[in-house]
Amino acid sequence: MSNILSIRLFFIRSVSIWSRNIQVWRKLAGPSLMGNFGEPLLYLLVLGYGLGQFVGEVKGLSYMAFLASGVICTSAVNSASFEGMYSAYTRMDVQQTWLGMLSTPLGVAEVVFGEVLWAATKSLISVSAILIVSIALGLVGDAWAIFILPVAFLTGLCFSSLALLVTSYARSYDFFLYYTTLFITPMVLLSGVFFPIESLPNFVQYLVKVLPLYHAISLVRPLMTGGELTFVLGHLSVLLFFGVSAAMLATYRVKKRLIK
Amino acid sequence: MSLKEPLLPIVKADQLSKCYAGKTVVNKLNLNIDAGCFCGILGPNGAGKTTTLRMFIGHCPIDSGTLSILGLKMPEDASLIRESLGVVPQMDNLDPDFTVEENLYVYGRFFGIASNVLKARIVELLEFASLQDKAGSKISELSGGMRRRLTLARALINKPKLLILDEPTTGLDPQARQSIWQKLRELKKQGLTLILTTHYMEEAERLCDRVIVMDQGEVKADAPPKQLIRNEIEAHVLEVHAANDSLIMEIKQDSAIARFEKSGDIFFFYGSKLHHALTVLEKSGHDDYLFRPANLEDVFIKLTGRDLRE
Repeated sequence: MSNILSIRLFFIRSVSIWSRNIQVWRKLAGPSLMGNFGEPLLYLLVLGYGLGQFVGEVKGLSYMAFLASGVICTSAVNSASFEGMYSAYTRMDVQQTWLGMLSTPLGVAEVVFGEVLWAATKSLISVSAILIVSIALGLVGDAWAIFILPVAFLTGLCFSSLALLVTSYARSYDFFLYYTTLFITPMVLLSGVFFPIESLPNFVQYLVKVLPLYHAISLVRPLMTGGELTFVLGHLSVLLFFGVSAAMLATYRVKKRLIK
Repeated sequence: MSLKEPLLPIVKADQLSKCYAGKTVVNKLNLNIDAGCFCGILGPNGAGKTTTLRMFIGHCPIDSGTLSILGLKMPEDASLIRESLGVVPQMDNLDPDFTVEENLYVYGRFFGIASNVLKARIVELLEFASLQDKAGSKISELSGGMRRRLTLARALINKPKLLILDEPTTGLDPQARQSIWQKLRELKKQGLTLILTTHYMEEAERLCDRVIVMDQGEVKADAPPKQLIRNEIEAHVLEVHAANDSLIMEIKQDSAIARFEKSGDIFFFYGSKLHHALTVLEKSGHDDYLFRPANLEDVFIKLTGRDLRE
């Protein structure tokens, strides 16, 4: 089989997993949307309004406009991470859905990639919803904001891959608290969601710049507020690098775990 | 199924081995299974049955030896092999998020089967599994027997050439079990090759035309069930329960007894006829005994011992 054909087959098979998941999601879309979109929206409105009165302008933006891009990225991170941890673990371990899939021609890499695609799609869904509300609130600068969507999808790919890597080590749901408490939460607090990272000590800034969320925000904020985009390729590469390496490691780990 | 298919063995295992943490689970297994065969694999827990099946599916890396399924190499061609494989796993992994019909549809899509082909196939399979009325039911609303029948139907979605069943009737009531048996016999009649593991001797005896007894990763016996009973064990078994020593001593005088075993307070005497022993028992008035033809379970116990495997 030629390379192009096998890549095509890989995509078709991964998409069959993606469509399985979207079919499940359609049944539970209400509560799922509420979690992925309702909560970040509350943060945006309440913090944006309340803190906005004290803070005034941040980097020439109203606080709510500044916060909106951070909240959008955080929502992409959380949607993908939750799906890649709790939901994926349920399918891998509790329901043995993956093992069922692996009794068909599907392979582990296709299962992992299908799950990553799906989790990224969930990021896209919640970000789209928040973006629509942001437009209604007048928080969006211009039409360039449409490019937030591919960035959100890439951010979803990156964080779902990381989450699946964590899942490949998990022995129970409680395990995920390590990852969320020790990695996700500090990253969200420090990466420029709520305040510019320039207010942090230098060494913390360096640390933050190594993590993917900062790079997602660096792309989304100018897109949203009509600011100037810089280092686009650099930011994209960091997100891609984390995503691709984590997805490959996760595939290796899941294979060791299930095919034993 | 066409008669012109090459007469390659469906499964060909050569010196197949698997170790877990230094413990050999499957030990240099040689096995050929021909097309159209209904092959049962028996063995106590930990005998290597499930590991062997998992190697057949490509769910278990092979440590040494070679394995070809449907003329293709495992694990190199795992995906291609699985296109023609049906699998009924030991543990149900039906999708609880979906209805009966959706389960079949989604699973069929994993094989890349076109939507319209799939819809027609699902109608056939629901009928085969006697689940027509349950098409829209959730999995949680199904009984254990229905779930197993659905798992069986799901395994047939791709019209497999080889069906692998790991303890398909464990935990089912007799009615549900017999209904599965009936479906399996139907599939055998259609020319499908089937491999099943089971702990129910009766199941193997009734369904299989070839029985393989495994223990400690090795094949201990391999023959049609009737032949296995004929070759491996004496014709009759006399079980005497809770008898006193002097009665047992008297029974033992029967020269037709080829051998005996004691397990708890039960004595097992093996031989043919055992006239003397039966006369002794009748005279003694001890009526807690059973005289019966030997069966597959006796063969199984003889080959694998009476020790518990846990």
